Amino acid sequence: MATEALPQLKAKDFASDQEIRWCPGCGDYAILAQVKKVMPELGIPREKMVFVSGIGCSSRFPYYMNTYGFHTIHGRAPAVATGVKVANPELTVFIVTGDGDGLSIGGNHLIHAIRRNLDVNILLFNNRIYGLTKGQYSPTSEHGKKTKSTPMGSVDNPLHPLSIAIGAEASFVARTIDRNVQHMADVLRRAAAHKGTAFIEIYQNCNIFNDGAFLYSTEKDQKDDTTLYLEHGKPMIFGKERNKGIRLNGLNPEIVTLGEGGIKEDDLLFHDEQLAEPSLAYMLSRMRYPEFPEPMGVLRSVDQPKFDEEMVAQVKDAKAKRGEGKIADILNEGDTWDVAE
Amino acid sequence: MTMPQGVQERTTVTIRFAGDSGDGMQLTGTQFTRTSAIFGNDISTFPDFPAEIRAPAGTLAGVSGFQVHFGSEELHTPGDEVDTLVAFNPAALKTNVDDVRDGGMVIVNEDSFGATDLKKAHYDSNPLEDGSLDKFRLIKVPATKLTQEALKDSPLGNRDKDRCKNFFALGLISWLYGRPLHAVEEWIDQKFGKNPDVASANRTVLHAGHAYGETCEFFEHTYHVSKAKLPPGRYRRISGNEATAIGFIVAGRLAGKDVFYGSYPITPASDVLHVLSRYKHFDVKTFQAEDEIAAVCSSIGASFAGDLGITGTSGPGLALKGEALGLAVMTELPLVVLNVQRGGPSTGLPTKTEQADLFQAMYGRNGECPMVVIAANSPADCFDTAVEACRIAMQHMVPVNLLTDGYIANGQEPWAIPDPDKMAPIVVKHPGPVKTSSGNGNGNGNGDVEPPLFKPYLRDDRLVRPWALPGTEGLQHRIGGLEKADVTGNVNYEPENHEHMIATRQKKVDLIANHIPEQTVMGPEEGDLLVVGWGGTAGALRTAVERVQKQGKSVAHCHIRYLMPFPRNLGDVLKRYKKVLVAELNCGQLRFILRGKFLIDAYGINKVQGKPFLVSELENKINELLSN
Repeated sequence: MATEALPQLKAKDFASDQEIRWCPGCGDYAILAQVKKVMPELGIPREKMVFVSGIGCSSRFPYYMNTYGFHTIHGRAPAVATGVKVANPELTVFIVTGDGDGLSIGGNHLIHAIRRNLDVNILLFNNRIYGLTKGQYSPTSEHGKKTKSTPMGSVDNPLHPLSIAIGAEASFVARTIDRNVQHMADVLRRAAAHKGTAFIEIYQNCNIFNDGAFLYSTEKDQKDDTTLYLEHGKPMIFGKERNKGIRLNGLNPEIVTLGEGGIKEDDLLFHDEQLAEPSLAYMLSRMRYPEFPEPMGVLRSVDQPKFDEEMVAQVKDAKAKRGEGKIADILNEGDTWDVAE
Repeated sequence: MTMPQGVQERTTVTIRFAGDSGDGMQLTGTQFTRTSAIFGNDISTFPDFPAEIRAPAGTLAGVSGFQVHFGSEELHTPGDEVDTLVAFNPAALKTNVDDVRDGGMVIVNEDSFGATDLKKAHYDSNPLEDGSLDKFRLIKVPATKLTQEALKDSPLGNRDKDRCKNFFALGLISWLYGRPLHAVEEWIDQKFGKNPDVASANRTVLHAGHAYGETCEFFEHTYHVSKAKLPPGRYRRISGNEATAIGFIVAGRLAGKDVFYGSYPITPASDVLHVLSRYKHFDVKTFQAEDEIAAVCSSIGASFAGDLGITGTSGPGLALKGEALGLAVMTELPLVVLNVQRGGPSTGLPTKTEQADLFQAMYGRNGECPMVVIAANSPADCFDTAVEACRIAMQHMVPVNLLTDGYIANGQEPWAIPDPDKMAPIVVKHPGPVKTSSGNGNGNGNGDVEPPLFKPYLRDDRLVRPWALPGTEGLQHRIGGLEKADVTGNVNYEPENHEHMIATRQKKVDLIANHIPEQTVMGPEEGDLLVVGWGGTAGALRTAVERVQKQGKSVAHCHIRYLMPFPRNLGDVLKRYKKVLVAELNCGQLRFILRGKFLIDAYGINKVQGKPFLVSELENKINELLSN
């Protein structure tokens, strides 16, 4: 059989004919643009891709992609995606969700998809607010957040998406941000290449209801001191002058200045995303602004058994052991007896 | 055939084994049923067990029972009245003795009627001695002592020896009803093969029970129940849950589809998950989901990607699935939703039967959200109904509610094994790939979307949309829960469109009536009374109607399998009788619907005790309506 070279697709080929209905200035546009940019690089035909989403602003995403898409119900995208992937493991499945969809109403499905290590990519757009319902606090909103439903400030402690993902022992965990498109594209590529659940938290600005929530991590004069861009095998260095680092003090991270008190690069924590033990990744996920620079990039990337693969393998094994099931066989099992004429 | 001396012929017999949850009553009943089925009797069973796995020993709450009706004629119910009750302790006696007919036999394990046992069962005096059982033939058997005695040389500990005493009862009853022991022995060897001491002890006690019957002189005669005259063919003893699972598997095979079963464990539906999980070599994928919602959602996702998506649950689980069922209606994907009904509301009566989820199946979703609803009539009928549910779901691109109930799910009856060669294939079509000029689907490399765009909601004459599978070139499309424009499937909020889509979704379901059989009745085509039912009450209704028909009265039985849509001729059928009686194990749900839809003045007989109808209570109601 002759193999035909796949035509080289471009970002535009991944655009559907639908008009995009996000608010002008929404961070979702940047994410959509990067996803459309990265998709052609993967060499996967569009018809082999499925975007599954729940409910919320982010979950409109599948309508704008010229792939297969399923805009499901609130919080349930991981469950629907489980069925899609198990029914046809050859499909590349992306789940698009938000902080409300994925961590509030759908928190249960999210952690179970992750702990099963279903081979899907989960993009969680975190804007720390409910946008589509017009501005209530979300499970990632900071304590004391004043919103329409919390005029005196919320009294909830927030969830931290990366900590949740690592707590469920996700095999791939990363963070990126809508305003750093180059970095986002790199993280998307890494996630797509990963086999198993790839969980990405994307900081996303909601310019209507929570504008500037992540400004600290994107403003020119601040971002180098408030973010830590992780590189596998490299020491954890950050800061405008590239002179600050993270060192382990007992079980806790601390910020140190290179050169001060004789501190050298070798004294710093070196990032290892491939550690089987998720403790380092978890510790990183707990480094938060303003006490710490917030890690960006891949926190964890390990190889673990994949749910869909194992499920399909069991079917294959059962057939190898017992032969292809035939209707007559299953009907005639158990206690049977014959009644003569 | 001449009977040996001391043997009396019986047409049908109902035996109930009752004891503590830990006494092995389900096993004893099942083995006796198995023996009877293999012997050639018709059988019908009714296991009745508590929701607690192990309630405190000896208490009323912990009583577990298994009723078996076997006979030489066709049986459709597990029997109204008990001919022989085997009660392993005072609690079992107390909770079951009222169901024994006057003059019936009550066999008790007298060793378990000590002062403490009596107190646990709230007996003030010992019923074995106070004359309260005088209307029965009371047989007191020291089953515990005799079991220990029979096992005095066994290496087992006393506790393990004691656990064999249900086999003593099984041996005794087998002797009393002339059942051979070899089938049970074979089962013991198979079950306890790895533990020869236990196998040997159970065999010994089984024979001891049998020998006790022969020698004890309590019984003036034994009983003989001849083989039933079932139509020729090969039979199999089957429960409703087994038949349902096998139906799903066979439907998958008939359609050439992998079966995806997403489910969360729930009584009394879990057995369907257990059975399916053993048949992976039939391309069955079982997914024990994190909750009921994930179970249905994963099944919807599986259907979207081309599997036969099925989810199974019981009433409370169906309540949780409601929103997702709306999604399946909106996205017009095939889905089968099994509801093995139990007593409600809320957690209700997990192990008891009821038919009170009809409204939920018909209407339990937000918005105008029609779903196909079909119900199985009996344990074996679950097979046909399950296949039919899958056929409708895939051929009409709709979610289907398949209703069974705890009574037929756990009850067993003989099943005339169907001929696979006579089963019609389930023809399912998927649109094929579309190559465009650029050779890469519906784009040309420049972002210009080329016509023809795939139209996911372009319908055929049955209003069925195409089942286009992800992976198919050129058919990329998006579906979802938002209202959509017909044909294109694009999101659309226009008022007229919404009204059009609601009407279309309903009409699509209504049109299925052209693809299902017309309603039939058992009995005269017109007359004084039509007894209408649905689901697991079929056997009791049929038996009751047959009895009244034998009295020469004008009554017919109509059992409705297709509840949404109804068969095309149902309205005409209902109007051909002077009176209509709707019998249901709920407070009148089908009656309400029939009255509303057909404007008929239907009477009701309703029962919500977690128990099936007795034939006698139906018969009385029928006669009452006929005489007024």
